[in-house]
Amino acid sequence: MSRKILSWGNYPYHPQQLHSVSWRDEIPQLIDEITARNGDTLAFGNGRSYGDSCLAASSHLIHTRNANRFIHVDWNTGRMTAEAGVTLAEIADIAIPNGWFLSVTPGTKFATLGGAIANDVHGKNHHIRGTFGNHVIQFSLVRSDGETLLCSKDNNSDYFSATVGGLGLIGIIEWAEIQLLPIKSTQINTVTERFDAIEDFFNLSSELDHKHEYSVAWIDCLAKGRNTGCGVLILGDHSQYGNLIPDHRRSITLPVTAPTSLVNKFTLRLMNETYWHKQPAKRTTGNSEYAAFFYPLDAINYWNRAYGRRGFQQYQCVIPEKHAEIAIKELLSMIAKFGRGSFLAVLKRCGNIASPGLLSFPMEGTSLALDFPQHQDLADKLFPILDLIVKEAGGRLYPAKDAHMSGSDFRLGYPDWEIIENYRDKKLNSLFWKRVTL
Amino acid sequence: MKKILIVGATSAIARECARLWAKDGSEFFLVARNANQLEQISNDLIARGATNTTSLIMDVIDVNQHQSMLTSCVAILKQIDIVLIAHGTLPNQTECQTDAQVAIKEFEINGLSTIALMTTISNQLEAQRHGSLVVISSVAGDRGRPSNYLYGSAKAAVTTFAEGLQARLFKLNVNVLIVKPGFVNTPMTAGLNLPEFLVAQPEEVAKQIIKAIEHKSASIYTPSFWLLIMTVIKLIPTTIFKRINL
Repeated sequence: MSRKILSWGNYPYHPQQLHSVSWRDEIPQLIDEITARNGDTLAFGNGRSYGDSCLAASSHLIHTRNANRFIHVDWNTGRMTAEAGVTLAEIADIAIPNGWFLSVTPGTKFATLGGAIANDVHGKNHHIRGTFGNHVIQFSLVRSDGETLLCSKDNNSDYFSATVGGLGLIGIIEWAEIQLLPIKSTQINTVTERFDAIEDFFNLSSELDHKHEYSVAWIDCLAKGRNTGCGVLILGDHSQYGNLIPDHRRSITLPVTAPTSLVNKFTLRLMNETYWHKQPAKRTTGNSEYAAFFYPLDAINYWNRAYGRRGFQQYQCVIPEKHAEIAIKELLSMIAKFGRGSFLAVLKRCGNIASPGLLSFPMEGTSLALDFPQHQDLADKLFPILDLIVKEAGGRLYPAKDAHMSGSDFRLGYPDWEIIENYRDKKLNSLFWKRVTL
Repeated sequence: MKKILIVGATSAIARECARLWAKDGSEFFLVARNANQLEQISNDLIARGATNTTSLIMDVIDVNQHQSMLTSCVAILKQIDIVLIAHGTLPNQTECQTDAQVAIKEFEINGLSTIALMTTISNQLEAQRHGSLVVISSVAGDRGRPSNYLYGSAKAAVTTFAEGLQARLFKLNVNVLIVKPGFVNTPMTAGLNLPEFLVAQPEEVAKQIIKAIEHKSASIYTPSFWLLIMTVIKLIPTTIFKRINL
């Protein structure tokens, strides 16, 4: 299919041509064909990376989504082997009735297995289980020289740690084996508590995070002054009781891209205020179906279209524990002053479990993520200030979400980038990588 | 849980149908040319819940193999609840116009082999007085168009044959379902430059096929808007039709 594709943020505008893989043994030949004609290429799964890390420098992508077969599952041990094109939703759909779930899941179920490894994604249980890569047992990596490497912590371990979080640059992941998490029910028991200021978030999460599998906070990014960083902390655990039912919510689809962003000062204030007042003021226990808990935005297909034709950028940084409280507060007050953030900002305290990947994003500290409708002011006014705060606090930005970070900030935040460059398959390259390593 | 025979099991539409059936613990007899691909399909179905799969390597144009294929299928499944015939190619029309051998070969794959398979398999279903026979035809069979009339004529033969078979087997509690897909996002259409809104995903097509089997439908266009498109195409007067390039 000769479809032109953009990344999830619809920014930057670099339309890409997809070349689909139907069978995994077609990958080596496809790499040869595309690179002979266009120079380089890159694997592309289901297009959930926000910025330019999933766009090939040559604009010709190898589309792995249709290589989506399961290879082997053992429901006694929860070990599953599947092709890189399966989505996390497809994994959960077959795992759940057998009493298993993803050990780590990001905020969308539409990411592919290959993408989850290449970006070493994390979720609401980072403080307990680390990143997705911590649960990858092994994978098969196809290199453009025709070699296929079996990589695990013991076997080709250098390629393993380069590929996990390696942004697809080391080779094309053909299939992977992962360890699933045993569950008794798809119901999530929740604890919710509102906080009025960012200091309270840190106190609350210190008190509660370690007692729960999942923890995440939503922040009203418009709140100013004394209320800077007011929000709600949501904790959760897999229930011991209930049913094992895969998600069957009806999703709605945004049929077309809005001409201009539907996210603006007015809709934003309305939604944030409504959300804030909906939350209980006191600590409240409740329960939720897993899909609503993990994937609230997945209920609307193509929600990215709400940001209009110009698209949006997500800003996600992580600040080391030591400086987190001060830096996050500073970031939030700058964002509130700017007044054009997303519906909600997401705050998550990451734990101290080491990521297996050299280029993995999470570190012990606090991560902040929010979306901005694309506007020239982001590059001119807001992001330079935020970047400076992040840099001075010793933090870094998330390549999977990024469309703006400077090369020097990247190289400072990811000192192992040169190792990745050495291991990079020279026929694979992304616009992101070209941008930050030149 | 059903007992299902699929010919052309490595095709994208067959793959998606089989995945839906696998969820209910169905048992499969899978037939295709490529052993490696068959094994991949089979592993996938087992992981998704299939009770058992048996694979048989066969080239559909080898008509002498059809009876023994059916015999081993019946020996293993005991009875067949659903037969899906889904193999096919998309011939290069220009080549078919210049080389009669290519034209005949493509007609053999997309038309004759399917008719041969339906002939052999229908006798089993007739004896069972039970089951559904699903054959993937195409909207291309509704009217010959200059861009792919070789493929279209093969599918027209399949459709007409299946209609006759349908009326014969209906009296014996066997349903024949003729599926006419439009453009579907599969390896078969990968080289075509198609408008995106006309291209359906194989998952969607599979869902509609399974619903049609449950409803014992005689024939479906999938996605259903192709009924409208093909009705319009069929209504265009020949004097005009022969002047346009569809």
